[in-house]
This record gives sequence, C-alpha cells and structure tokens, in this order.
Amino acid sequence: MKASVLTHSIRSGKFRRAIRLGLRSLWLHRLRSLLTVLGIVFGVCSVIAMLAIGEGASYEAQEALKKLGSQNIILRSVKPPEEQKVSNNQNNYVLDYGLKYEDIARIQATIPGVTTIVPARVMREYVWNITWRVDAEVVGTVPWYPTMRNHRVAQGRFFTDTDQRFAENVCVLGDRMAQTLFPLESPVGKTVRVGQQYYRVIGIMEALSTASKDEVMQSTSTQPAVDRMFIPLETAKRRYGEVLFKRRSGSFEQERVALHEVTVKVDRTERVVPVALAIKDLMERNHKKKDYDVVVPLEQLKQAERTKQIFNIVLGSIAAISLVVGGIGIMNIMLATVTERTREIGIRRALGAKRNDIVTQFLIEAVILSGAGGALGVLLGISIPFIVTATAGMKTIVTVWSPFAAFTISALVGVVFGLYPAFRAARMDPVEALRHE
Amino acid sequence: MTPIVQLDDVRRSYQMGGETVQALRGLSLSIQPGEYVAIMGPSGCGKSTLLNLLGCLDRPSSGRYLLGGDDISALDDDSLSEIRGRRLGFIFQSYNLIQQLNVLENIEVPLFYQGRPEAEAREIAIQLAIRVGLERRLDHRPFELSGGQQQRVAIARALASDPILLLADEATGNLDSSSGREILDLFDELNAAGKTLVMVTHDPNTGERAKRLVRLRDGVLESDVRK
Repeated sequence: MKASVLTHSIRSGKFRRAIRLGLRSLWLHRLRSLLTVLGIVFGVCSVIAMLAIGEGASYEAQEALKKLGSQNIILRSVKPPEEQKVSNNQNNYVLDYGLKYEDIARIQATIPGVTTIVPARVMREYVWNITWRVDAEVVGTVPWYPTMRNHRVAQGRFFTDTDQRFAENVCVLGDRMAQTLFPLESPVGKTVRVGQQYYRVIGIMEALSTASKDEVMQSTSTQPAVDRMFIPLETAKRRYGEVLFKRRSGSFEQERVALHEVTVKVDRTERVVPVALAIKDLMERNHKKKDYDVVVPLEQLKQAERTKQIFNIVLGSIAAISLVVGGIGIMNIMLATVTERTREIGIRRALGAKRNDIVTQFLIEAVILSGAGGALGVLLGISIPFIVTATAGMKTIVTVWSPFAAFTISALVGVVFGLYPAFRAARMDPVEALRHE
Repeated sequence: MTPIVQLDDVRRSYQMGGETVQALRGLSLSIQPGEYVAIMGPSGCGKSTLLNLLGCLDRPSSGRYLLGGDDISALDDDSLSEIRGRRLGFIFQSYNLIQQLNVLENIEVPLFYQGRPEAEAREIAIQLAIRVGLERRLDHRPFELSGGQQQRVAIARALASDPILLLADEATGNLDSSSGREILDLFDELNAAGKTLVMVTHDPNTGERAKRLVRLRDGVLESDVRK
C-alpha cells in the first residue's frame, strides 16, 4: 500500500515538485538556511579533513616501519646507565658492554625460525673528502644488509663476500653524505678518509626519503638522524679492533663493544613475536645488565595500527557529536518553520493535502538542508587536505569511502531530526491551522 | 435528484476551558445542485462551524452529513482530505494564497495533491486564470496583486478540481465595495454556469445577492428563505 502510494507519487512527478517546492521555501530564507546547515558543514568537513590527515600520517609511519622489515627483529647495544656514571669518574676505565658474537651464535643455535642474521658495528666518525667533512656513523656489516633492511643501493654496488674476506677498504656512502662530500662529481670510484684510513667508494645507498620519515626513524630509534657509511664488517674489525677510543671535544672514553647492532630475520611473520620473546629471554639469561635493546618493527606496526584505531574511534565520536548537534539545529529551525507556516499547512490541508503529503513536504526540506550541508562539508573536507599538503608538506590521504559515508549519514540526520517537526505539522487540526495568524 | 448537501440533525459541541459549548444544536439542511445559498446570522451563531462541517474540515459530534449522497461522518482523515481536494472548493476571507507560489502555481495546488500530471494541471490553471480575468498576471506572486485580484486567484484555485460545491467564507469581507461587487458578479456567473455555491456572510447586501438565505441563531435554523 505504502509502496504503491510512493510509486504513484513518483510517476506523477509529485515527488519532484515537492523537492522543487522545498528548495524554493529554503531559498526564501537563504541566510537562515545557510546558518542552519553550518553545523553539519563544519562537522562533516572537519571529520573528512582530520581523517585524511590522520590516514596520511599513519601511512607514513607504517611505510617507515615496513622499511625496517616486518620480519625483522633488531637488537642494539645500549650503554647501561650505571656504567655511564662510572665512566664519568674514571676516564681510563674501558667500558665493556653490548652484544657479543656469542649472542649471535646462541640465537642461531637455539632459536628455530631464524633465517639470517646481520651483525653490525657502528663507529661515530668524521668522514673526509679533501676539505669536506661529514659527521657520520661508520657501519661495519655484512653484504646482505641492504636486502635485510629494505634499503637499496642507488648507484654502484654494495660490497661482496670477497671484499669481506679480504677486509678491503671499500665503502658505500649514505645518500646525504654523498651529496655533502662530493657536491660536484659522482663519488663512485673516488676515495674518502676516515681517521688514517682511505676507503674507495663503490656505491651510494638510496635516500631514506622525506624529513617526516626521518622523524619516524628517530622516534623508533633504530636509524639515527646522521647518515651512515657502510664498510665490510671484517674491515671494521681490523681497522678499529675491539676497543674503541672516542675523543670528542675534550672528552675521552674507551669502550669495548663487539657488535652495536644485530638484525635477525625470522622466516615467517607469525613467528616474529614468539622468536622476539625467545631472544629477549635468551639475552636476559646471558647478560647481567640490560646493555641491549630489542626492537620489533612488527610490534611497532601493530602498535601504530592500534593507535590509528583509537584515533578513528575518537574521530568517529566527534563526527557523531557534531552531526547530532547539527541535526538538533535543523530540528530547531524546522520546528520554527512549521509554526511559522501553520497557516500554509491549513491551506494545503483544506485543498486536499493528506497528512502524508505534509510530512513529505517538511521532511524533504529537512533532508535538503542536511544533504546540502553534507555536500558542502564534503567539498570543504576534501579540499582542506590538499591545502595542508601544499602548505605544510604533510602527506594526506582522502579515503574513497569517507565522503560517501559522511554525505549519507548527514542526509540521514535530516530524516531523523526532520521527522518530529514534520509529524507535528501533519498532526495539526486544519481548522485551527487556518485560523492561525 | 440527489441533494449536494444533506444535513440531518447535526450537532457540534466543543470543549472550551472545561465547558461544553454547543455550536450547532440539531441542524437539518438540504442544498440542491445549482443552488446559491447565503448563510447569515450574528457572530457566535454557528456559521463558521457549519462551514467547517460542510467543508469536511470538521466532523459533526452527532447527526449525519451526506455530501453528494455519500455519508462523510464516518470517514477517516485521508478520505476527508481526498474529498476536500476533489469535491470542494474553498474561498476564504483573507484569500489564503501560498505566498511563495505564483498565480498559476497557486491555482495548481489542489491538482498537485490529486497527483494530476504537470502539463495537464498547467493547462487547467491557465484556462481558469483566463476565466477569472488574470491572464496578464500568471507569474505574479500574491503580494504583487491587489486584494480583488488575489481573491480571483483563490476562486480560480477553488474551481481547479471542478468541485460539486463552492464554499465562500466572507469572500468579500476584506475587499472595497467595487472589488467586492466584481467578486459577487463572478459568483453569479459561476452559479449561472451551474455551480452550487454556499457563502457565509454577515453583510446583508452581500446576502441579498444569493438566491436562498439561511439564517442561524444559537446553533439552530432561524429562517430559510428561497427567492
């Protein structure tokens, strides 16, 4: 019965005319209509914009973490805090801490699922090309480092097993330091000096991308802000020995650290967490002090996802609140409209309008209001991320579904909050309504 | 011949501030097709109540009302709307045009609620606008028209669905005498063309124009004179 009435209305153009009528009534009170929809406009707009910015930020963070490798577990040597105090008092004391070669052996021997291990020694040094100088980390590592850490070589090559075996003085420069040291020419084939040693440049790593990614790197503290220069681990052992002397701006310290960083690759992603637990356990048993740190990018990835979820829930609540507020605004104005147009309602009822016709008329006006507000909000909400990207350089992602969802929900708000005023209009007694001044 | 209106012992009472007010106390009236009836009486005599009942805007508390032979006393709200739209035409003292619509659109309103196709409704509206002499004001809005012109629009609107009964409530009450006369001339014309007209008025001169004069007093029939 209802459906047949509806199809009849549509066929006779009743619906279309009702929409036209609604548009005209709203146009008659342009300013009032505009002010009414502003609530919805700002609500929808801010949700879409914030969603886009949040999506962009979390995308960047996840990309950065993926670069570290979701199957990787990274162990790092950390100077224990109490040792630090001691070293301040006794300058000639040799600090002995951090990851050992035995740790690697133990991990490989006892924990299943570990496929590859990349050890690395990290020395903070100045790298020279004639008079250009760069403060960098000299990393002694193995030839398969790039594949493990998803950090590719952009130019030239990485060092090989042969370079490793013969402890060759070859190096691969980080992108930024290559540009600083060799501003005018290609560094490949040239030499750089570190301390007394000269190294032949055989390759350049690709850039670790934007500044924001570096921030992420810093916050996960697995990749320092300074650039890295890679040399074969064997070379590093021979040139630097076991004890490192540091002479920096007056201070002086000696450390014995076998390995600064070890990257462990697990064969399957599901096994990353148990393997990480096993490694933590193993390390705890063999190290008296907490002179190491275990970083699991996968866990951080999951953490990032959880954070994003919370962010989305918060945004959703804000959206809900603003839409309810906007809806109340619409309801308020529709109630005023109904009162104001009581006489018109009476006239229409006298001329044959059924209650349903009156409901439809006012409901359409409410939905036009909220729908227009939603559409305006979507337009603003889509353009704001572009402005943010253009001016602040932040990455933003407008997901496909968010404008559609926002628009649909705001139109629904019109239906929900328009129903009461519309029914109130329809319930009026025609005689009373006609008498209304 | 079936009478257009047949009222049998119709009563209507209201609750007003805890008191029951008897507006109509057993009124019987019969109006034949083609009649032109004026209902007169002092204020409070039940004229408006009677007109509301005749216009199916209200229902009698007791008694029977047959409109064109159909008992409307027991109909639901939607059916009453339907009857108002298809069988009745209203002309009000204050014209009651819809301000945001122009002349043609105002005339089309009853047709709109009947779901008539747009083109057909437009055709009817233009014909009626010509008939009431507003062919040069088709797209004017009510506030751009004089009182007399507005009342012509209202008459055209009342005629749109070709009703069996036209109800006029003090149709000339807001008009100066010359515009009022024009409207009454139009009523004569319509009646001559076979329309059944009932008008409520308190002005004796206006009442004189009708062919039948019904006087009410305190909710009952005082006199009923056919000329």
